[in-house]
Formats: sequence, structure tokens, C-alpha cells
Amino acid sequence: MNLENIISEIEKVDPEVYGRFDTRRKAMKNFLNISGKVALASMPLALGSMFKKAYGQTPSTVTDVLNFALTLEYLEAEFYNNIVGSAGYMTASAAAQGALTKIKVDENAHVAFLKGILGTAAVAKPTFDFTGNKSVNGGGPFTGYLASYPVQLAMAQTFEDTGVRAYKGQAGTLQTSRTALTAALQIHSVEARHASHIRQMRRALDVAVPANQKPLKPWITLNYSGIAYPPAQANIDLSFAGEDVTTQAGVNIVGLGGNAFIDAKAASEAFDEPLTATQVLTIVNPFIV
Amino acid sequence: MQKQPITTLPNDTGGITKYGLQRRNMLKFAGASAALIVVGSACNKNDNPSNGGIDLGSGDVGILNYAYALEQLEAAFYTQVVATPYSGISALESEYLTDIRNHEVAHREFFKAAITAAAPTAIIPGLQVNFSSINFASRDSVLATAMAFEDLGVSAYNGAGQLISSSASGKVYLGLAGKIVSVEARHAALIRDLISNGTFANTTDTNGLDTPVRTPAQVLAIASAYLTTKLDASHLPS
Repeated sequence: MNLENIISEIEKVDPEVYGRFDTRRKAMKNFLNISGKVALASMPLALGSMFKKAYGQTPSTVTDVLNFALTLEYLEAEFYNNIVGSAGYMTASAAAQGALTKIKVDENAHVAFLKGILGTAAVAKPTFDFTGNKSVNGGGPFTGYLASYPVQLAMAQTFEDTGVRAYKGQAGTLQTSRTALTAALQIHSVEARHASHIRQMRRALDVAVPANQKPLKPWITLNYSGIAYPPAQANIDLSFAGEDVTTQAGVNIVGLGGNAFIDAKAASEAFDEPLTATQVLTIVNPFIV
Repeated sequence: MQKQPITTLPNDTGGITKYGLQRRNMLKFAGASAALIVVGSACNKNDNPSNGGIDLGSGDVGILNYAYALEQLEAAFYTQVVATPYSGISALESEYLTDIRNHEVAHREFFKAAITAAAPTAIIPGLQVNFSSINFASRDSVLATAMAFEDLGVSAYNGAGQLISSSASGKVYLGLAGKIVSVEARHAALIRDLISNGTFANTTDTNGLDTPVRTPAQVLAIASAYLTTKLDASHLPS
């Protein structure tokens, strides 16, 4: 299924769909929150429901957000399940293997946890193509990832940083359930811990880190991906777009309080930015068959 | 070492940082006894005479003050860490700890500016910290404290999210808390790895959730060991 097609279909009916979403943040959130279901729902049903959510007054639900999260966790869990024990993984140090195994355990725990609280409302696991070609036959830009430890780490960093930003974008919708919001925050900070460690691993490996973006930090500097992977560069960079914000709630962080050491890099690093579900969909779409 | 007089510094930007830097040389030699770093006046209209603590206030502004207090504590700590590097610090560690100092000062200054804009009469003052239990000359002491502060910060923000209102401004604040907590978690993971590589996420429970989640009362009970200024969280949302 091509998730982007759904937006294209809406665009045919309503050419101003993008502007409408942009000017109606609430509607946009609603639209975004249905994304988790799209992987499972039939196209007509998904479209109808999406129209209702985007243009009607139906509030987005906690269930929608949790299914959105579950879909991302399915992706992460299967990714780590695939790479742990792979040829590329076997070339890594024992410490690196231990870290990837730890993250694999966490991601699978997230899947089990979200499935548990969603019960019968849980979406089914999509079929993934981690080569990034949306095909059961693979053939995408990440072909060969199972044999390449550096590519595995580059993908892991992208998924983790994307996950952090994705959860952040959904927090507001979860405010109707304190339990769900808190659980989502607890997953969110674990994803950030993972991202921090994967980034340290990539710095130590020092492979495929763009020279002008060194040193790679455990935090996100400006909108640097810290990843040079030409076959899928544009898609990777999407995960870091907008991370270079240096103004928060109208406050310019650079040099704030007379502290000259808070330069633009520090100001951007100090705050992780959210991604909308639409942005997340665009990022993960190549990996969903 | 004698307690320094309580002063408000010229061009005070939140108190702790600049004063800490000014005391740099003294603290270098004072080591573990460099206990009390005084930062502005603890006496202002927010004092609650009934319990002697500074009232963080209520509602969303109370939560912002709570976050501001924690960021003041973290910023003061890393300011000192950078000003008086521990013995044997590596270039990589120095880079990371300086970055974290920059982030925490940015967080502190952001909350100061944001609260001042939203509720100028409700903002808490600069706090007095008490780092007498920390040996800034010791890597083990500094990193153990850093880990405690970072994990505490994560648990505090994760616990405070549900206390923020769903008003338009509340949603903004929740978003801001979310933007900050993941950076704290990145710090926490890094510090943990500096202490023992691979322990970046050893805070998860069997569901893969970051634990613990702490209430403001629980957080302040821990933070109070490092604060001379008493804080009153009794009016915060629960």
C-alpha cells in the first residue's frame, strides 16, 4: 500500500488539502492520528474515516495514537529482530552486539505493551521491507543492510531519532488519558536513550559520518543527520528536517541570558522537535509493503 | 570555607552560573568542601512563611516553576563541572559535559524567559544550591551525580506531563516539556555509558518503559539534598 497515495487521493478531491491541513492544526492532528490504522484498514474505509477526521469535528482518539505508536514499534522491533544475529551484526564488538540486543528487547517489549493495552483494537503488524522498496522482494536503497554493520547503525539511528520525534508529536492528543500519556512519555524517553547510544556507537565507528557534520553527538545538532548514505540520503534527511529550530515559544535561545556559549548548535541541541504523523508516514512509507 | 554573603550579582542571568564561574578559583581548591554556592536572594514575595519554602505555585505556571527549579539545579551543577574539571577528564568527556552545560543553561534561561512572559509575578527566584556532597575533583563523584540528576530529570518530566492542563497554553507547555525531556534522556544515556558502557537504558521495566515516574513531591525530596532553598510543591496540580 502506498500511504502517500492516500494524500494524493484527497488532493484530487480537495486541491487545497495541504493548505487546509496547515491552517487547521487540529484537523491535521486528527489526520495524523489515523495513520496507524491505515496500514490495516481498507483504502475506502481509511479515506472515509480520514475525511471525517480531517474535516469534521470528530476528536482524534487515544486509540488512534497508540496504534500509530504500535506501527512504529512494529517497525523498530522487526528491524532489530532482523539485524541481531545477522552477518553485519556479527562483525561488531561484543559491546555493540549487547547494546543492539538490549534495544531489540526494549522495542519488542514496547510492541507487547501497546498490543496489550489496545487489545482487539490493535492494528496488525504490517509487512516490512527494510531495503526501502515497499516490496516483498526488496531491492531498495538499503539492500544488503543485513551484511553491513555501518548501514545497520545508520538505519537504527534514523529509526530511533524518528521515533523520538514521532512520539513527541502525539503527546497533546493523549491528554485525555493520563495513563496513556505517561506510558507514551516513558516509551519516548527510552527511544531517546537508544538514540543517544546508537549515536555514540556511530561516532566510535566513524563510518558514513559527513565530515562537515562531525563530531557526531548523542544529541541532534541543527538538522544534521550525521549520516552519509547517498542511495537514500533525501529520505534519511527527512528525519532531521526542522531540528534546527532555535526559537522556542517565541524565545530566541541563542545567547539567552547573555550566555554566549549558547550558539545555534547548542540552542538546537537543547530541544528535540516533534514530527507530525504526516512527516513520519513519509519517512517510514518506503519500509512498509 | 565561610559562607558567602547573599548577593544579587549585576547582570545576573539566573544566578548560579555566573556566580559559580566567579568562584572558580576558590572552588578549585575547596574541593568537596565547596559547599554552598549562593545565588541571589531566597527571600522574596513567593516565600511561604507557613512552611518556609518558596511556593512553586499552582496550575501550569507551577509546573513551569517546578521545571525551572530542576533546570537551575542541573545548570548550576554542570557549570561547576565545566569550571573545575575533574581529575583526568578526557577530551571527549570535556566536550560532552560542556555540551550538556550549554543545554542545561539554555533550559534554565528558557524557563526564566517563558515564565517571566507568562506570569511575571509568579516566577520563583534563583535558588541556592548545596553541592557539599559532591567532590568536583572526582570523576566518580561527578558522573554519579550527573546520572542521578539526569535520571531524576527524566522521571520528573515523565511524571509532570500528566499534570499539565489541556488548555491551549497547556498544550504548548506539554510540547515544550516533551522537547526537553528527550534531551535529558539523551544526556542520561550518555552519562550512564560514561560510567559503564551499555547501561544507557537500564532504567526500563519489563514493558520497556522508562522508570521510575516521579511525582513532584518525590522529585523534590531527592533534589532537596542539593538545594539550600526550600521549595513548597504543595500547590502544584496532582
